[in-house]
Amino acid sequence: MRHITNTLRCLSFGLLMGLSTVSAAQENAGDIKIVVEQPWARASIGTSRPGGAYLALRNEGDVPVYLVGLRADISAMASIHETQTNDEGVSRMVPAGDIEIPVGGTLALEPGSYHIMLMKLQSPLVEGETFPMTLLFSDGLEIEVVVPVLRIGARGPEG
Amino acid sequence: MTNVRIILWSIVAVAIAIVGGFWISERGQLPVAATRLPAAETVLADFELTDHNGMVQTDEDFRGRWMLVFFGFTNCPDVCPMGLATIAQVMDDLGAEGEAVQPLFITVDPERDTPSVLANYIPQFGPSILGLSGPQEQTQQTAKAFKVYYQRNEDESAPDGYTMGHTSSFLLFDPQGEFVRIYEYDLDPSQIASDLQQRIGS
Repeated sequence: MRHITNTLRCLSFGLLMGLSTVSAAQENAGDIKIVVEQPWARASIGTSRPGGAYLALRNEGDVPVYLVGLRADISAMASIHETQTNDEGVSRMVPAGDIEIPVGGTLALEPGSYHIMLMKLQSPLVEGETFPMTLLFSDGLEIEVVVPVLRIGARGPEG
Repeated sequence: MTNVRIILWSIVAVAIAIVGGFWISERGQLPVAATRLPAAETVLADFELTDHNGMVQTDEDFRGRWMLVFFGFTNCPDVCPMGLATIAQVMDDLGAEGEAVQPLFITVDPERDTPSVLANYIPQFGPSILGLSGPQEQTQQTAKAFKVYYQRNEDESAPDGYTMGHTSSFLLFDPQGEFVRIYEYDLDPSQIASDLQQRIGS
């Protein structure tokens, strides 16, 4: 059963990747192509605490692109933060600001690093469901992503 | 002339080393009460806190079992759920051997994380994890004993306008309550589980 679930999940990721690939040609600026991979969010308990979501962004175009923010109907206050852990094992979060996705490179939003913080949740993040969000990039590029909600104890896109 | 040149270059090298050193230490930023590998004798599991069932618990209540202790706060969207998920997976991996281990989550944000809030949150990760909360003063004393650092950081873009910076490593104590080691919160759970299995078995 677990195997089947994983297979289905891989398939859905494949579909999501297909849907989420956005290409745009810009005058004088080269091709912009950002591929969204393995989006996932952790299930929440109710709506009082911020939810966390993650994904990877691959820049297959030939100009650098910056992730500048996001919109999501499920959150009245969504932003990107970065967890920093120092040499003494002390972790803290800081607003991420604009994050570069270099040409040919991948920007990973993952636990312990950059993460999407979904505050003021309008409804709980329920395991097994999905929700849409729109990633905002430099030059006005927007990509809509469908994010699967995994169990609260998920440690990565595989659960 | 060559000597002068050597001396001048030496001065430049020393200056770069000093400036570089400051730059590196500036990047560390946070004042530090915790060290990554604290001397075992200085870390004390000494606390009296209320668990998420409303029971007062002290460190002595857990003698005879290994204590795996994690400090955090429930409004934390990244490190804390990841750490709790790691501990829950470790306990799953341990199976019956997990009886010898008591995972504890101590909040550094007792203002928001009352025992009833913890009761609503902590068991969702795993039934064996016990959430602990206490008044500010007891929380401070506890952190001091554990050599754990935490600080409220104002952040307009966070819920209620603040987040907590805190030591994210797990601390392991043996059945006599003596500090053994730390594990990083994002370590592969199977590595922690196999390390614990060896210790429990020996």
